[in-house]
Amino acid sequence: MPDSTSIKQKEEAHWRKTSRLMFTHLAIWFFFGFVIHMFVKPLNNIVIPVLGFPLGFYMAAQGSLIAFVVMLFLFAKQQDKIDREFGFAEED
Amino acid sequence: MATQATTSTSDFIKNLGRMYGTYTGGFLAFIILLAILEQVGVPNKILGYLFVFFTLAVYAIIGVMTRTAEVSEYYVAGRRVPAFYNGMATGADWMSAASFVGMAGTLFLLGYDGLAWVLGWTGGFVLVSILIGPYLRKFGAYTVPDFLSFRYGGNFARFLGVIVLVACSFTYVTAQIYGTGIIASRFLGMQFELAVFAGLVGILLCAMLGGMRAVTWTQIAQYIVLIIAYLTPIVILSTMKYGIPLPQLTYGQAIAEIAAREQQMLANGLSTAAALKPHLQPFINYSPLNFFAIIMCMMVGTASLPHILMRYFTTPSVREARQSVAWSLLFIFLLYFSAPAYAAFSKLEVYTNIIGRDLSAIRPWLFSWGELGLIQICGKNASSIDAVIAACKAIADHPGVVRLQDFVINTDVIVLSTPEIAGLPYVISGLVAAGGLAAALSTADGLLLAIANALSHDIYYKMIDPNAPTIRRLTVARALLVVVAVVAAATAATKPADILAMVGWAFSLAMAGNFPALVMGVWWKRTTATGAICGIIAGFGLCLFYLVTTRYFPGAGVKYFGMTSLLNPLTGAPVVDIAKAMALPNAMESFPTLAHPLANKVGWFNLNNIACGLLGAPLGFAVIYIVSKLGREPSAEIQAYVDEIRKPRGRTVLEEKTT
Repeated sequence: MPDSTSIKQKEEAHWRKTSRLMFTHLAIWFFFGFVIHMFVKPLNNIVIPVLGFPLGFYMAAQGSLIAFVVMLFLFAKQQDKIDREFGFAEED
Repeated sequence: MATQATTSTSDFIKNLGRMYGTYTGGFLAFIILLAILEQVGVPNKILGYLFVFFTLAVYAIIGVMTRTAEVSEYYVAGRRVPAFYNGMATGADWMSAASFVGMAGTLFLLGYDGLAWVLGWTGGFVLVSILIGPYLRKFGAYTVPDFLSFRYGGNFARFLGVIVLVACSFTYVTAQIYGTGIIASRFLGMQFELAVFAGLVGILLCAMLGGMRAVTWTQIAQYIVLIIAYLTPIVILSTMKYGIPLPQLTYGQAIAEIAAREQQMLANGLSTAAALKPHLQPFINYSPLNFFAIIMCMMVGTASLPHILMRYFTTPSVREARQSVAWSLLFIFLLYFSAPAYAAFSKLEVYTNIIGRDLSAIRPWLFSWGELGLIQICGKNASSIDAVIAACKAIADHPGVVRLQDFVINTDVIVLSTPEIAGLPYVISGLVAAGGLAAALSTADGLLLAIANALSHDIYYKMIDPNAPTIRRLTVARALLVVVAVVAAATAATKPADILAMVGWAFSLAMAGNFPALVMGVWWKRTTATGAICGIIAGFGLCLFYLVTTRYFPGAGVKYFGMTSLLNPLTGAPVVDIAKAMALPNAMESFPTLAHPLANKVGWFNLNNIACGLLGAPLGFAVIYIVSKLGREPSAEIQAYVDEIRKPRGRTVLEEKTT
């Protein structure tokens, strides 16, 4: 039976790691959701070869969306790893 | 007995792949059959009916087969929907008439600026996964107000949660039923009001008997129909035009052609510089502030809408809830990254096959939309060739060919008419209509269920009669479902606004009312009940005030609350002359129509009322923080529960009586 202080410490360490992961993803989300589109005009001067999309338009129409999908699969994996590390994950 | 039930359940889950695989194959075979029928000369109208009735029948059969009398099945589908399938169901739940029917039309009309909606309606799932969804799953709620009540000390917080839920979901469901009405009236030739109630019957058949369980398995079937229907026309178009069946890659060329055609139209006098909005040019329809405000409100709204959050209550574990959010976005992405291609292809078709054509050579597909008042040429409904010629004759110096400024198309028509514009066989049009119907019905199902659950579970069971037996709880839930549905349909039949605006309001309301309280409840243990309650009231209240004033009491907004005219994003000039409009006799009119000179055109900081959540949510956060700091910290017991919510392992915090 682990004593309550060690559980408390584990909880806090787990939450610190979880929070850090949350802020990291929040920052990437903000970048792809907002920051990159503030530069749409200069980015539009770059045209993606072969496909013919101006880059600024492409990022809003597809690029950022792909980033969001990839982020979510990655996040599910990373958060699960943190939960397992502290023994807080559910049984498989 | 118990073990027997468990085995049959896992068999059911194991067989899901085969079941839905067979279903998809059957649907494709059905499309081919109809295509053959069309070739042998069966009239279009019958094909349209077959499409609509066949798909409706399938949803209804699934709905009846999965009926249930168990509370946990009714509210959270027994918490055993696998991540992948829950993702698909969420996709259908999420993609509404506004996405399916309205999105491409918006992109058609607004060009780059329309992408604010594409971004806003995808990025929000990141917030769902990292901030809220999995934690609510661990908490073990049946509804979002369940969580608010538990975390914030009782029924007052629950009641506020129900108000927010009903306000945003009702606005949203009205838009869905409206969308159903447009589709049914076009394809079945029904009267709009009648079509609205016909769609309603379809919705009720799915949701009433089986609650969440039936809605889940129906939504998966609806996702399959809607994604096939959405992708087929543009895949065919892309193959016809560029030889590659990947429209998402080939529309880069279509965009380049549009840009070239825009220049050509200006040079030929087919368009004036004022009427032409270059497809690629950013910030000509929304100012940068409104562009980013819409993205923010739609994203945060996503993470606050109860009918979306409650989908993640149905997964078997917290881990699967997170995976399920990722699958959801993948399935949603398939439609959203295709929508700009739709817009580009159909714009190219309109620019090359309609604009610049002689009036007498207008293609006949257009008239069936013109009759409904959805396409106008020369300022009159384009209901027949004679009507068009007469309307254009009335304009001085009309050149006799359709110019860009003569042509007005309702955005809802773009997707539904694209197959006809491109000259594809009617079977494709019928398919698209069935897809649009699936999108509208699936979202309406989810929303109605969210409202009815909140009323039956939160208001009736938790607040009025905590001792009600299961049978009575479920009967009340079903009765309320019907009542809410009928009221929503009656509202939709009055055509209150366009689909996109109504949906935008729903997101902003959800954002202002729910987001601060939900996020703070999980991420800041110090949040107190009083703080949260004040925050919800302040944030939601401000958002609602801004929305209602700018839309329904614009004169009072100007006179008493210092609102000013919104600005034209291109020129920076006010869109209305406030002094002049205020001098008009109808300036102070309440509940005016959209034709009122001030309605939707005034505000603070040049902020569109769609984005009112951007005012409400920050205020909500600030109020929660300050009031919480002023009060005593929450009890050790509540704080311990918050710790429990943060760890996936272990039992859910809230244990419901299930029988």
